[in-house]
Amino acid sequence: MSAYEISVLSVIGLNVMLAVSLNIISGFCGQVSLGHGAFYGAGAYGAALTMIAWSSVPLSLFMGTAVGAVFGLIVGFASLRVRSDFLAVTTIGVNFLFTGFVRKQSWLGGEMGISGIPGSGLSSTGNMIMILVFAALTIAISFYISRSWMGFAFRAVSQDEDAAATLGINSGAYKLAAFGIGTALAGLAGGLYAFFTQFITADTFDFILSVMLMAMVVIGGIGSTTGVVVAAIALTLLPEAIRFVNDYRLLVFGGLLVLVIRLAPGGIADLTRRFVIPAAKA
Amino acid sequence: MTGILDLDDIAVRFGGVRAVDGVTLSVARGDFIGLIGPNGAGKTTLIRLVAGIIRPDRGRIVLDQKDVTKASTASRVRKGLALTHQLVRPFREMTVLENVALAAGYRRTSNPLRAALLVERRPEYERAAALLIRVGLAGTERKLAGSLPLGQMKRLEVARALALDPHIVLFDEPLAGLNQAEAARQIETITSIHAQGITVVLVEHNLEEVLRSCKRLIVLNDGRVIGDGDPESVIADSGVQEAYVGSGTGTYALH
Repeated sequence: MSAYEISVLSVIGLNVMLAVSLNIISGFCGQVSLGHGAFYGAGAYGAALTMIAWSSVPLSLFMGTAVGAVFGLIVGFASLRVRSDFLAVTTIGVNFLFTGFVRKQSWLGGEMGISGIPGSGLSSTGNMIMILVFAALTIAISFYISRSWMGFAFRAVSQDEDAAATLGINSGAYKLAAFGIGTALAGLAGGLYAFFTQFITADTFDFILSVMLMAMVVIGGIGSTTGVVVAAIALTLLPEAIRFVNDYRLLVFGGLLVLVIRLAPGGIADLTRRFVIPAAKA
Repeated sequence: MTGILDLDDIAVRFGGVRAVDGVTLSVARGDFIGLIGPNGAGKTTLIRLVAGIIRPDRGRIVLDQKDVTKASTASRVRKGLALTHQLVRPFREMTVLENVALAAGYRRTSNPLRAALLVERRPEYERAAALLIRVGLAGTERKLAGSLPLGQMKRLEVARALALDPHIVLFDEPLAGLNQAEAARQIETITSIHAQGITVVLVEHNLEEVLRSCKRLIVLNDGRVIGDGDPESVIADSGVQEAYVGSGTGTYALH
């Protein structure tokens, strides 16, 4: 495998982790978050600092996960106070605050970021396999959640919080759980990213990334794990395959997002259910 | 204060309006209460206060000997309270069966971390299917709840409430918008719920049906209780007559 292919597969693995974890928050539980990049970044910085201080790969990945989750739970508390559109705006703010804060902190490397992060000791192929294993694990967790009673209750909270309360479901606790799980996985992805590049800067985790991740969730089909995985893979490969898409990435993703919301709000998952499966049966 | 539900001097105001203005009443276990009153009397507000959807400015709400004045709706439901909404609130994107099964799984969903460890749904689906037969919704299991006509949604609300194993059910206008046959069927279900030992509070505009089934009638006007007792004598009370129909000559309107 060429270095390029290894790099692309690694990025696919990371994007799948991020999109699937965002789908747990926004798809399963209905809490629109446009700041997922910030939790990814928090995990990356947490893991990088841990690695520099203690040079332990498992501890660094654990710290990345923990930092993402703690940060996510704090923002989750905000979701108990504000709803839908306001939550979206709040999370955008969180993302800008995160990048703005990191840029000004000398202990986080400021504008220059953190370079020279010790490697994981694995070859680049080994790193890629580690990322893909965690991506597979994330997908498995996502499928498991939708089968569990937690996933069942998430659907209720995402459709009608007040009606959920009259069935004895504590919506607040479920929202916190969704944020905690989703941002922990994003933090873990951040830790893996730190080992993948061994160099991180705040710009990587900006609002643009968060919008791209939301585009993957919406285009894949809000709430559908399979659809989101397919979209994350496709939208990572598209700019690699087509030069035009790479040059006008935001324009193309933005356009796709508008088209999907306008013409097929259920995304790839719903289109497959409606057209491909009936056609296969016929 | 020994009833299944006790309200002690409950009051709430919205802006300058005293929606509920010092209501004290005790619901005994096994009661079948009709709660009536003119439009704007505060019936739905009272139900929402009891359910914890809104909080009172003063007073105490005691459910099954426990003070729940500050408790959330979800925790009141887990203490045995159920309600059906005046405007139906099914989970429209779930099937009818899922709607009821989710309610039947209230013990499994009480805490998200516990819920995350539980996968088995069969007992709840079986329970839900049985309840759907009971309320007359057999055959609709696989339909999306949002696709049901109003009459069936109203029955779905009843099935969901029953799935919570309640000790007391608050029905907020369960007959509104139903045709005669549907209303008769619905009141039959409610009567059978009471017959199985569940306390029933029925808020309803259809006075004829209320008088036929309830054992105790409470009349609300301007946020206050103006009549409370056995239906015949409450209806005969001149104050109630006046409040309800605007004058003492409106007796016919009540029968």
